[in-house]
Amino acid sequence: MGTTASQLDKGMLSEYQELTFLTKQEILLAYKRFSELLPKEETNGLSYRIPMNAILELPELKTNPFNKRICMVFSTSDSHDGSLSFDDFLDLLSAFSDSATLEIKSHYAFRIFDFDDDGTLGRQDLEKLVNCLTGGTVDTSLTPEEMKQLIDNILEESDIDKDGTVNLSEFQHVISRSPDFVSSFKIVL
Amino acid sequence: MDSVFNIDIREHIPNNPLLYQPPSYDSLLYRRKSSTVGSKRRSSSRGRFGSFSSVKSGGSTIKRQDDIEKSLLEQRAVRELAKSMKEKRAVRDQRSLKAQDLSDWGQWRRNARRCLKRLKDNAEDRLSSLKLWRSDIRQIEARFGTGILSYFSFLRFLVVLNLVIFLLMFCFIMLPIIIIPYTSANITQNNQDHGSVCSVYPSSTRLGLVIFHEHITDLLSGGGFLEQTYLFYGFYKVDKIQYPNGTYNLALAYLLATIAYLLVSLIWIVKRSATGFKQNLVKDEDSFQCFCNKIFSGWDFCITNEKVADLKRSSLLYELRTDLEEERMKQEKAKRTRKDKVQIYSLRLILNVFVMAVLAACFYSIYLATTFSQEQQRKQVKVNFIMDLIHEYLPSIVITLANFITPLLFSVIINFEDYSPAFEIRFTLIRCVFMRLTSIGVLLFSLWSQITNCGDEPCLCGYNTALYSCWETRVGQEMYKLTVFDFIIIVAVTILVEFPRKLIVTYWKSGLSDWWGEQEFAIPQNVLEIVYGQTICWIGAFYCPVLPAICTIKYFLIFYVKKLSLIQNCRPSTRPFRASSSNFFFLGVLLIGLSLACVPVTVSVAQINSSRACGPFVNYNTSWEALTASVMELPHGAQTFLYALSSEAFAVSFFVVSCLAMFYVIALAGAHKRVISQLKEQLVMVGSLQHLQV
Repeated sequence: MGTTASQLDKGMLSEYQELTFLTKQEILLAYKRFSELLPKEETNGLSYRIPMNAILELPELKTNPFNKRICMVFSTSDSHDGSLSFDDFLDLLSAFSDSATLEIKSHYAFRIFDFDDDGTLGRQDLEKLVNCLTGGTVDTSLTPEEMKQLIDNILEESDIDKDGTVNLSEFQHVISRSPDFVSSFKIVL
Repeated sequence: MDSVFNIDIREHIPNNPLLYQPPSYDSLLYRRKSSTVGSKRRSSSRGRFGSFSSVKSGGSTIKRQDDIEKSLLEQRAVRELAKSMKEKRAVRDQRSLKAQDLSDWGQWRRNARRCLKRLKDNAEDRLSSLKLWRSDIRQIEARFGTGILSYFSFLRFLVVLNLVIFLLMFCFIMLPIIIIPYTSANITQNNQDHGSVCSVYPSSTRLGLVIFHEHITDLLSGGGFLEQTYLFYGFYKVDKIQYPNGTYNLALAYLLATIAYLLVSLIWIVKRSATGFKQNLVKDEDSFQCFCNKIFSGWDFCITNEKVADLKRSSLLYELRTDLEEERMKQEKAKRTRKDKVQIYSLRLILNVFVMAVLAACFYSIYLATTFSQEQQRKQVKVNFIMDLIHEYLPSIVITLANFITPLLFSVIINFEDYSPAFEIRFTLIRCVFMRLTSIGVLLFSLWSQITNCGDEPCLCGYNTALYSCWETRVGQEMYKLTVFDFIIIVAVTILVEFPRKLIVTYWKSGLSDWWGEQEFAIPQNVLEIVYGQTICWIGAFYCPVLPAICTIKYFLIFYVKKLSLIQNCRPSTRPFRASSSNFFFLGVLLIGLSLACVPVTVSVAQINSSRACGPFVNYNTSWEALTASVMELPHGAQTFLYALSSEAFAVSFFVVSCLAMFYVIALAGAHKRVISQLKEQLVMVGSLQHLQV
């Protein structure tokens, strides 16, 4: 375990400090946790891509209903399989850290909630979102009438141009007036 | 800002992407900043490189340099861009290429700025690692969510606040007295002989053979050997101290330290609540955007426990269902007939009168208990150890009983009053807050009526000397007893009630355990408990300068007791308490406590005659006179200035100016509201026009 910390030299550390919202200790801790997920024979942690099902074993992501969406959003792999490199992992932690700005958090929250990746939150996206939050099984979800009433209310509160969907600006506008968002949108290792 | 109003829809089917954005404060700021930089906000696509508009320079290189520097300054830091790491690196490289166009001086400035920023980040990092209980609070957050976390960070805030208040009192009041033997200083003692009756202060230390349990009684009641110590006001029988370097007016310092700690508490609480205040006061939080808040900010991403996640899901479901039902009920309520309304209102009136009667009964019983307790202490009736303690603690016991029964009563009554669920909770809380904090006031009032009551004749020294040779110490002792008793009750309830409850519910399945259920960590009641303790501390710190230190230790221990209780005995509540509203609620209740605490302190400082036999204000009629006496010694200019500040002319003009400011702000808010609705209509119109065009 002693060799892992030495692979992250001072230059890279300060570069990561500049490019993310993480502190030095948080970056080192992230590297340690990332290296634990690497397969044994892999020595260079910085360029390897960890597959999604390994990332989802992390206790911080395991119980999260949005874990798969989070991996898909932060992954920069060409095959869109949700695998994360160390850079992606740091991006993830930076967006979820204490000191990230509201704009960053709301931007990534929008992308996470946009299940069909079409750039807006439509009725299907909102329905999937509600089901993720409440559990999704038959006895833990709302009835269709309740769902319709709920989504109508959400759209009434957030859809300003009345086009039936919530785009990024409207989402960020709603979030800027939501006092709980910053404290709940947080993952700390 | 003007361009917003002058947009002509017919001419400008706009390429202006900003019009697609709703008017939030952020977009206003952003528009001011981004005149040189192109749009960074993607409206509907993701992951593309924001285009930089190239800096078009007019002529001279100097202007070009300024432009470059300005554009580099106005751009956000690289890490604030919502891009992947690779893209951020590319942006950063591009910027440093551009920066090379700057002169050496410009580059040096840029580098210096970056170094400073890095230093600041490191310093903040270092500071935050020093915060008390960081790992404990993180553990709680992971298991129980942000609502309960806010209670514990509130507790941490109170520990630090009490420590600061104690340091204030220590440095200005106790330290000068402690260092007297080490510096060659003289004390101007207060040896007034006027009306020798008034300045008699019999020693209360026990003489002869002292039985052990009497020491315990003394420790718990602040009497006996504790009475004439640093603990209480009576010990500080010093007016001025003559040091080799100068004179230190201890009486004035005592008074000013009291005012200072009240002001420090006020400023710190207001500063801490400043962020939550804006959002929570602007709109009634529960009805505004409540669905969006629950859906978009509903999930605590820091939860790591599977069981807690399941519970969170079910509580979210429950909340959503209740809110939807409440909305349906609201629509039904609008259809309420006149007869129904009259019925409901008369029922509410009756119930409110009943609540007031209950409160009056509680206050009267507190009054009776206080007078009885004081009589017993005066008569020095010694029945036995336990009865003595009960007599001493009778007011505390009655207050605690009242504070235990009334919330249950209120929560039963509110069910009949037919309010919306959110309002129910809030109203019950307001009633409980009122009950808790006014009971202290009633206690103090009954104490004072005893102190200033000399039977039929007017009091010789302004207070009842025969019974209270040093009344401030007596008040301090009562506050001390309240604090100690409060702490004992909290610990005792945790050990003797919550722990057995957990055992019963876990190991003995029966009807009782099903009905009683597992303990939930009820945040509002817990918060009221500690605000109550803090109010006592604020009132008592004037009479008992060591009380803040005792409260610091008390809250320190309560943190661990509550944490233990939370982890061992409690399950997360089904009705989640949201973090933001909690912050505002806690600090709001604390402010109410602070303002209630200021009243007794002000009255006793300004109205009631200070003791002749003890304390720093022996030479003055009331404690406030110490300040007026020192003001008289100031130079003439300062005197006139201070008198002008306290005159009526100044007060009236200050009041008028603040009223004008308030009206201006209200008018501004109304104007903003109108602008917002206008802009929303424009947006809808533009959107529909676009659809027509396509």
